[in-house]
Amino acid sequence: MRKNIKAELILENGVRFKGNAFGYAKEAVGEVVFTTGMTGYQETLTDPSFAGQIVTMTYPLIGNYGINLEDMESRKPFLRGFVVREKCDMPSNWRCEMEINGFLKQHKIMGLEGIDTRALTKVLRDNGTMRGIITTRVNDLTPSQIKQKFDTYTNKNAVRETTCEEKYVINGKGPHLAVLDCGIKSGILRDLKKRGCKMTVFPAFTSAKEILESEADAIFLGNGPGDPKDIPEVVETVKEIIERGLPVLGICLGHQIISLALGGDTTRLKFGHHGGNHPVKDLKTGRVFITSQNHEFVVSGLSDEIEATFINVNDGSIEGIRHKTKPIYSVQFHP
Amino acid sequence: MPRDKSIKKVLVIGSGPIIIGQAAEFDYSGTQAVQSLKEEGVEVVLVNSNPATIMTDIGMAHYTYIEPLTIDFIEKVIAKERPDSIIAGMGGQTGLNLSCELYDAGILDKYRVKVIGTSIESIKEGEDRDSFKKLMERTNQPIVESEIVTDIDSGLAFAESIGYPVIVRPAYTLGGTGGGIAESEDEFREICQQGLHLSRVGQVLIEKSIKGWKEIEFEVMRDGAGNCITVCSMENVDPVGVHTGDSIVVAPAQTLSDKEYQMLRSAAINIINSIEIKGGCNVQFALDPNSYNYAVIEINPRVSRSSALASKATGYPIAKVAAKIALGYNLDEIKNAVTGKTFACFEPALDYVVLKFPRWPFDKFYGAKRTLGTKMMATGEVMSIGNSFEAALLKGIRSLEIGQYGLERKSSKTRDINELKKRVQVPDDERLFDLAEMLRRNYRVEKVCEITGMDPFFINKIKRLVELEEELKTMTPDDFDEDSLRFFKKTGFSDKAISKFMGVSPQDIYAVRKKYDIMPAYKMVDTCAGEFEAVTPYYYSTYDRENEAQASNKKKVMVIGSGPIRIGQGIEFDYCSVHSIMALKKLGIETIIVNNNPETVSTDFDTADKLYFEPLTEEDVLNVVEQEKPDGVILQFGGQTAIKLARFFDEMNIPIYGTKPEQIDAAEDREKFDELLEKLGISRPKGKGVWTMEEGLEVAGELGFPVLVRPSYVLGGQGMEITYNEKQLIKYLTDAFEKDSKNPVLIDRYLCGREIEVDAICDGTDVFIPGIMEHLERAGVHSGDSISIYPPQNISKDIREQIMDVTKKISVALKVIGMINIQFIEYKGELNIIEVNPRSSRTVPYISKVTGVAVIDIATRVMLGEKLADIGYGTGIAAEPKTVAVKVPVFSTEKLPQVEVSLGPEMRSTGEVLGIGACLENALYKGFIAAGMTVPKKGSTVVAMIRKQDHEEFLDIAKRFEEQGCRFMATSGTAKALMAHGLKVPVVKKISEGIPNILDLIRSGVVDLIIDIPEKGNNINSDGFKIRRTAVESSVTLITSLDTVRAILSVMEKDIDENELNLYDIGRDLGHGNCYTGEQNKFAHSV
Repeated sequence: MRKNIKAELILENGVRFKGNAFGYAKEAVGEVVFTTGMTGYQETLTDPSFAGQIVTMTYPLIGNYGINLEDMESRKPFLRGFVVREKCDMPSNWRCEMEINGFLKQHKIMGLEGIDTRALTKVLRDNGTMRGIITTRVNDLTPSQIKQKFDTYTNKNAVRETTCEEKYVINGKGPHLAVLDCGIKSGILRDLKKRGCKMTVFPAFTSAKEILESEADAIFLGNGPGDPKDIPEVVETVKEIIERGLPVLGICLGHQIISLALGGDTTRLKFGHHGGNHPVKDLKTGRVFITSQNHEFVVSGLSDEIEATFINVNDGSIEGIRHKTKPIYSVQFHP
Repeated sequence: MPRDKSIKKVLVIGSGPIIIGQAAEFDYSGTQAVQSLKEEGVEVVLVNSNPATIMTDIGMAHYTYIEPLTIDFIEKVIAKERPDSIIAGMGGQTGLNLSCELYDAGILDKYRVKVIGTSIESIKEGEDRDSFKKLMERTNQPIVESEIVTDIDSGLAFAESIGYPVIVRPAYTLGGTGGGIAESEDEFREICQQGLHLSRVGQVLIEKSIKGWKEIEFEVMRDGAGNCITVCSMENVDPVGVHTGDSIVVAPAQTLSDKEYQMLRSAAINIINSIEIKGGCNVQFALDPNSYNYAVIEINPRVSRSSALASKATGYPIAKVAAKIALGYNLDEIKNAVTGKTFACFEPALDYVVLKFPRWPFDKFYGAKRTLGTKMMATGEVMSIGNSFEAALLKGIRSLEIGQYGLERKSSKTRDINELKKRVQVPDDERLFDLAEMLRRNYRVEKVCEITGMDPFFINKIKRLVELEEELKTMTPDDFDEDSLRFFKKTGFSDKAISKFMGVSPQDIYAVRKKYDIMPAYKMVDTCAGEFEAVTPYYYSTYDRENEAQASNKKKVMVIGSGPIRIGQGIEFDYCSVHSIMALKKLGIETIIVNNNPETVSTDFDTADKLYFEPLTEEDVLNVVEQEKPDGVILQFGGQTAIKLARFFDEMNIPIYGTKPEQIDAAEDREKFDELLEKLGISRPKGKGVWTMEEGLEVAGELGFPVLVRPSYVLGGQGMEITYNEKQLIKYLTDAFEKDSKNPVLIDRYLCGREIEVDAICDGTDVFIPGIMEHLERAGVHSGDSISIYPPQNISKDIREQIMDVTKKISVALKVIGMINIQFIEYKGELNIIEVNPRSSRTVPYISKVTGVAVIDIATRVMLGEKLADIGYGTGIAAEPKTVAVKVPVFSTEKLPQVEVSLGPEMRSTGEVLGIGACLENALYKGFIAAGMTVPKKGSTVVAMIRKQDHEEFLDIAKRFEEQGCRFMATSGTAKALMAHGLKVPVVKKISEGIPNILDLIRSGVVDLIIDIPEKGNNINSDGFKIRRTAVESSVTLITSLDTVRAILSVMEKDIDENELNLYDIGRDLGHGNCYTGEQNKFAHSV
């Protein structure tokens, strides 16, 4: 049982963590981030927002209730690597259908376990998000090999990888939303469906013209991976739609895209917001909500016609905006 | 919202004495709440009858009343102090109930006291069973099919309709007192009757049993603006059916998928929103392990044992935040004191596993029925933190101090597999070890899960540990390489456990560990899983890579705590530890505490400069010592738990402040101690160890009856008895030698005299006695169970001088530096010594408060090298106040089936209350009331059962009762004896004499007082035992010592008018100054 394949995580700043490989034991390069959620690892694994990233779970026991087919956030995991302190080999839950190890193996995702995840978290907290390599070639990679791997890493295509290939329709009796899929979680679609929305889901790079042809009542942009500035095409599309006066709604990456389309700015957070315990304050009512969040980038500048609606209680960052006159509204957190 | 400035003076009601179901967690929460209120400039008035708490320290609240927790006394306090507000949820169920009663009686209105925090209406919605049901219907929350009944017949009808088993829960009781699971009509009748009787409102809830469902708890908070957060989820390792206080609990919940977690979290938040909680609330759920079905079991709109655990598990100070919310603040306006950056409005993220283990009193009450159910039986608990379930489990087991370092238990090993299988189906205190033993014998995991209802997640983990234990058995220390030893340490095995399985000594493992440099890495509990930098040094050990703890270069002292609360080692020792830390901090010394009790003030994150939440074993404590390298360690305040470490520390060359280990040994070793007393010319009751019956009878003959007999191998008075004649002695010795023929039985002369106790401080040359305490009950009753009186009422000047003289002689001879506790018997004008403990004792908090002497502060300074004279204390006995203060013990025996309740040499009390008055009777009156006893009024009905040898002594008492117009009833023997002297005594039938008998009489509620002086206790088949059990279970005042009877009688004779009794603010009205100024020398005089 303790015969394991050794593996190590090498960070851009040279810090290394040795542990054991699991899942698809080969090699992974990605941006290393941590998430503080104590449950919901399956949602994390299948959330397209993590595309291109190596995700570290701060909670030490992962896989306790296994994996089921019901709670998927997308068709497959898009993250590059998964780091845990201890994976559970004997999960227990009435809905458990797979073990985490098998699930990762199936989807060719590299896992690393048995490392001091808290120490890793502190490195990321203090130095910011950085690239990392998980490899089974422990102490074997040369500095130039490592450098080369880091240099060739890019996550600019994350949205392209995660968006749907063709448009599709989810029926409903309520308002009709045109959803621009930049890597949207199934959970958001499920919630909109629950509220009766009819949805036409478009691939991210669909033209404004085609979207408008659907005669939707509003445009909805969901979450997704990466830097919104990597997808100027989408920002342009949204700009066009805004000019046509259609209501625009957004969550997470969608919120960032809308802000850019409205002349705002976005910047990278030091180590992102990932987890289920982020307090945001409604600036109008003063009420605070504990929200689930998952983003590296944040809206940092607003044009005059935009006002902030929510802020993060911990760091004061912008968590929601609205247009002062037009029906445009978006939030950074996942409501 | 900013703070409500109209709140200027707040009344806080404490939870009273420590009893099962309501223990030190309320001292922790209450103290935190009081401090939180004070920080905001609010004046705090505190009422709490428990003198052993930090909460009731002089200077903690602005006005502190250690008075009985009845609405009459609280009204008096309100009338005197005129607080403008009251906060209801800080004193446990007691505080909550009293707040409701004050409100219902119109007292709050009368004095214009407004309720801040959660309102009374909200409390009632959650607490009253009927409105709870309505609330759940309103909020669309599923509950278990149930009905509230007020009589047995309608209950029975409902039980039949939903089918057995059914659960019976009385409304408004502590720790589920009086509840239970009934499998049949007969059981139902019994449990329901008891429940109806114990419920304050005569209601019980009958519900369908959902045995086998998971039990999940959420601690949630809400502020006045409606912001809600969940602090922590907790999962009981034992499924529904075992009281959460008796369950092993893990935080956060381990086996819930996110969907299930969010479902329950939303439910919890919906509930507290709809009843508009302002503060903290606990919500308990049952969750079907095979579907999304769940049910809300109950909610507790107050701080609780679970909230204390959640606070310690997450670092989130629930009571502190709840107090701020009560003052009007919103969650986003309250800083998170742990990070100093974030706000209270967030949900803590854990990056470790926390386990809580109950500590049961069955080692003291070996006859008790150990079956765990819906009534809580644990007296205390330990918490352990690890970064795996296994590590936390093993830490928890060794924190319990039950001699276990792993899962292999002697008693389980001797059981046959069929017996084990039978046992694990009915939960008891050994279930964990029994099921581990089954797994060891290759019984299937799935089957264990099936018959215990426990989740396979946990059972698989236990199985893995068992396999590793077996692996260790095949190894020797030489088999370890760095990786394999690190693996076992990471998994949580202690050196001691490893060595035991290998048959070597722990030092052998330690040596290998040193060789490979495998030392613990301490991690911080920071509320945020490392996301933000934290400022509070609260640590737990792991064998991970990065050690976050950094030792400073300051002068630093480590204080060892006292571990879980158990009978004989209670909250008093936590009080001492906390005070020692306070004293050290005042001296500018960095303080480090090591402890494992989540209920206490000592483990609050800001009590010491550094908190290590660790087991108190040699290895775990040594690791912290090696990490911190303190200048020295203080052991005197952590009870036997800490004292036990003395010899080991000495061997490891760790400096110990205060009395040296060899001196501690000299006091604890009977032979060495006898030698010392002989040398000093101090007398003690003569005695001898005997090995045979003949020898025993001979020794007893020499000493003269009665004699005190006890087995030599146990501590704490266990198995101790007084035998009055040869017949009793023969019986005792026969039993004792049958049980154990390898050890002698100790026979001492029993001196039926006055017991006297002192706590003294010695600096090596001088001795200072803050106060002499006189016990009300004569020798033979354990000192922890007797009523203690200060200042003494019957001790002559001559005896006092002798006490001073002997105390000084012993302290100096034992080279005591710091605390010493000595118990004496004054017998026929002569002072005898019976026990010496060179450490702090359970009377220290009491004596500190009533004398105003900062005992621990002085002792700590003396231990660090100061001299009594230099501190400003004269030596000798401190001056005595005019007021009288009595400490009255409180028992929880009604919660422990089949446990003897009569007083004897074995300690049984779980807590204590204080009564202060202008004279002894007034003090006793308050003490009795505070302890929940009824002082009989004129014309009361008294039932008496007196053993033969006391008939004569009782006669006089009986006459005095008769003069008070009391009506006596007695069983035939006692009745005859009394009638022979002209008293009119109706005879009551004994149990065997048919119905209605004495038990029916007691249950009928017509009896006001039962006096039962038993021949011999602990025989569960005797009539007396059943009568006493019935009395406590029916909440009828029972007295088992004639001295106590005389005391209650004299109180009765004084015909005290409660309205005339003075209230004492202990900071102002006891005739002593502020006890923390260190200027008490003016009260001290030499004898």
